[in-house]
Amino acid sequence: MLNIVWPIFIIISFIYGIFSGNLKELNSSIFESINSVIELSLNLLGTMCFWCGIMKIATETTVAEKLTKILKPIIRIIFPEVRKNSKTEKEISMNMIANILGLGNAATPLGLKAMKSMQEENKDKEKLTNSMTMFIILNTASIQIIPTTVIAIRNSMGSDNPTKIIFPIWVASISAALVRNYTNKNFYKNE
Amino acid sequence: MKILDFISNLAMPLIILFIVIYGVFEKNKIFDTFLEGTKEGINIMISIFPTLIGLFVAIGALRSSGILDIIINFIEPILNIVNFPKEIMPLALLRPISGSSSIAIATDIMKNYGVDSQIGMIASTIMGSTETTLYTIAIYTSCIKVKKIRFVLLVSLIADMVGIITSIIICRIMS
Repeated sequence: MLNIVWPIFIIISFIYGIFSGNLKELNSSIFESINSVIELSLNLLGTMCFWCGIMKIATETTVAEKLTKILKPIIRIIFPEVRKNSKTEKEISMNMIANILGLGNAATPLGLKAMKSMQEENKDKEKLTNSMTMFIILNTASIQIIPTTVIAIRNSMGSDNPTKIIFPIWVASISAALVRNYTNKNFYKNE
Repeated sequence: MKILDFISNLAMPLIILFIVIYGVFEKNKIFDTFLEGTKEGINIMISIFPTLIGLFVAIGALRSSGILDIIINFIEPILNIVNFPKEIMPLALLRPISGSSSIAIATDIMKNYGVDSQIGMIASTIMGSTETTLYTIAIYTSCIKVKKIRFVLLVSLIADMVGIITSIIICRIMS
């Protein structure tokens, strides 16, 4: 994707910059941008490392397993078809918990495993089942207790209160997730 | 609104406290585990750094050359009808497509309009409450080689739009 978007950005802005007489600004923006990457990366590095450390402690304990059990009734409502298969059910809930805890790196492999397990029971291998559509759609939602990356960015920009956005983020992501659940169910009823 | 700020500020310390206490009860070498995790954090940063360099320069050029303003002004009349803040539009368009370019553009917005301004808050909330939808759909469908993805893309993009609109509304209410 970036192989297309990136050159377009560079080409249109440099051509426009040259013809519109904004050359001086364009030149200084190149170095300014590089400086701000360094600044942002150092701040991100600190926050990321700290948070990964805390989350490593969580993954080494039984926290994730306990949370998986709490999630089970909800999983059964959202994915009525996987009820018979406890292995798939477990993989789905592990993926959800990893997402909620903000463990993106752990969530994706777990999610792909769940997709493969669901594919085994799929009759038409070319087409997604209802559970699969729901699973993918929920993974395109970002439901996180602590949105670490944004907090790190805000911190690097010198915010007075980097964590102020946690509550608004919860509201926005949960309402988007409810819309996902609702529209998806409507779509496969009417398809 | 003070209570909402309090909840926001309480979330992170409370979770860290919970995990550390839980870790102490179940494991003895908790600091070693912490260090192991920190190293993983370094690897994540190293892997996204080159992308960020490329994208920051591209997005910086879009703004400084003046082309971004022209595009924004061009769609401004439409955005005004629905009361959508035009400063957010580039982020709303890029967010589902690319994770690292949306980091670059969100940072650019926060730098230009102020990180604690209403626009800065909206950009932060959008970043935190949405995902890189197209990328997620691509890896989840390609791993099992399905051809018919049905309405997955449509539903996800509708929901992303709802997420973005909710972000704008809640930030307007809170500030």
